[in-house]
Amino acid sequence: MNQLDSKFGEFGGMYVPELLIPALDQLEKAFLDAKDDPAFQQEFTSLLKDYAGRPTAMTLTRNLVSNPKVKLYLKREDLLHGGAHKTNQVLGQALLTKRMGKTEVIAETGAGQHGTATALACALLGLKCRIYMGAKDVERQAPNVFRMRLMGAEVIPVNAGSGTLKDAVNEALRDWSANYDKAHYLLGTAAGPHPFPHIVREFHLMIGEETRAQILEKEGRLPDAVVACVGGGSNAIGMFADFIDEPSVRLIGVEPGGKGLHTGEHGATICTGSKGILHGAYTYIMQDKEGQIEESYSVSAGLDYPAVGPQHAHLAATGRAEYVSVTDEEALNAFQLLARKEGIIPALESSHALAHALNMADEADEETVIVVNLSGRGDKDLGHVIKILGEDFNGSL
Amino acid sequence: MDRYEAMFARLNDKNEGAFVPFVMVGDPDIETSEKIICQLIESGADALELGIPYSDPIADGPTIQAAAIRALENGVTPGKCFEMLARVRAKYPDTPIGLLLYSNLVVVHGIDHFYGLAKDAGVDSILVADVPLREAKPFLDVANQTGVAQILIAPPNATEETLQQIGEHSRGYTYLLGRAGVTGVETAADVPAEALISKLSDYQCAPPILGFGISTPAQVTTAIQAGAAGAISGSATVNIIAKHLDDLPAMLEALNSFVSDMKSATAK
Repeated sequence: MNQLDSKFGEFGGMYVPELLIPALDQLEKAFLDAKDDPAFQQEFTSLLKDYAGRPTAMTLTRNLVSNPKVKLYLKREDLLHGGAHKTNQVLGQALLTKRMGKTEVIAETGAGQHGTATALACALLGLKCRIYMGAKDVERQAPNVFRMRLMGAEVIPVNAGSGTLKDAVNEALRDWSANYDKAHYLLGTAAGPHPFPHIVREFHLMIGEETRAQILEKEGRLPDAVVACVGGGSNAIGMFADFIDEPSVRLIGVEPGGKGLHTGEHGATICTGSKGILHGAYTYIMQDKEGQIEESYSVSAGLDYPAVGPQHAHLAATGRAEYVSVTDEEALNAFQLLARKEGIIPALESSHALAHALNMADEADEETVIVVNLSGRGDKDLGHVIKILGEDFNGSL
Repeated sequence: MDRYEAMFARLNDKNEGAFVPFVMVGDPDIETSEKIICQLIESGADALELGIPYSDPIADGPTIQAAAIRALENGVTPGKCFEMLARVRAKYPDTPIGLLLYSNLVVVHGIDHFYGLAKDAGVDSILVADVPLREAKPFLDVANQTGVAQILIAPPNATEETLQQIGEHSRGYTYLLGRAGVTGVETAADVPAEALISKLSDYQCAPPILGFGISTPAQVTTAIQAGAAGAISGSATVNIIAKHLDDLPAMLEALNSFVSDMKSATAK
């Protein structure tokens, strides 16, 4: 039986073949043992500090917000080694891999961000790494494929199904079910079967903990709202977790609205509210009326996932967190605004959170402190954005 | 006596094991698939294990994934599968028919709704590939209410606790995994699996049928000699369909000879 609760209300669970249950149980046990082991915690903390560059900065925006009642802060996960929050949890899971005596790591990646993060952790810790990536994504994301290979990872194109992220997850699960005795599946977000949603959240907890301390120091009080983008939901749960028991802090998750919810081309699973089972968890998913999984869509590859972490589903169902959606166009505007006004090029993922925070700032009629989790930097998105804005883009908004 | 019990009793009298081919319902389309399924029975299949096409089959290798994609591309839905299965059931009242599918197809309209449709179509058992014992209770409850047997999986790495629970809850038959991994002929089953089979018997589990990586008559014989009550062959059967997509008579003839050969290997 599980030692931790595998469900968040009605959501979560372990909807995987019986064959994988022992591997998930082993992982839960290793995780709980590691939590109580000062040597593990010390190694994790020192990697976060000396290798990855924690704590990350908390930046008060100077020019972005015109409403004088609003202070908009950015939690600078974009400054972390690797360029995004993802480095936190891959280091944690890579250490767990070694702790379980496993020598290989399997991972999935969409556009290559989680794959790149996994590759760097495996290079650092001497683990053999193979990464499943949709064949279409391998073609579209040549620089990230090169980065992964440069750091010693094997990149395996997935032609099955639709050849995108969900199929890469499927293929990683298939590989794991044959090789669980020597390989760890290093899942990239706070989704999937128990215990992944717990583990990924725990290894991102410091985002919210640092935020609390930094805002208390600067403002002498807690923020009124923390805002984060939600695809699978790892950066958001890392930001939210430490504030769940602080009812004065609004928790706001921003889903990818793509071309608009009415078009069906989006990834806003909570906002559209269809429940089902995908990749091991009961949660909100994209599906047709027969229960076949549908492709998600977003301008931002990191949010382009047809399910969401089960704890977010629960936070939405209980009303503790609010979930909204932001379209591609709104995110692209926020992307440009932050570059122009503050000299920071954000990831397209984080631009979704920023876009919503800017709307909140415009509407605020009392003193408000908002923190946006700037989960990643935008260098990786430049090729894509150049195509959208055009080569002759001259910077005018 | 239900259809599985009747089948095992009949085979026991004849001193044979069961040969159970697996195909995807609606592969490549409903009409062809109906002919394929009838052919399997005519050629000597003792029972059928049938997939319902799903977009994200995480327990299946490339062969069965491709079968699901062919069916989905031809617009096959669970509803159309059930209509066809009802016709098969009317034609063959005694052959046990089991479904092997994925949980989201079941939960999307409610477990009781789906199991009710299956029961009405004459289905005897349902195996949900991504529902382990730990999540099985709501499925078992509905299965017991509707009189559909919930098939449970005994993996090679099963703990004693798992085997004990299979013993408590299994109906119909126990799906014995021949090896780790996903479906496919690329990796052969590790037979004999005598140790696990003997444990299943200790825990009074429903009769074990061995699947995953079974593609030759010799493997069927070995499985049955090891104490399995039968053998399931999925990817090898589906491969025959995939190879003859443009020639139905040749496909049916190849299926006929495959099933006959596999069935012949079930003699004890």
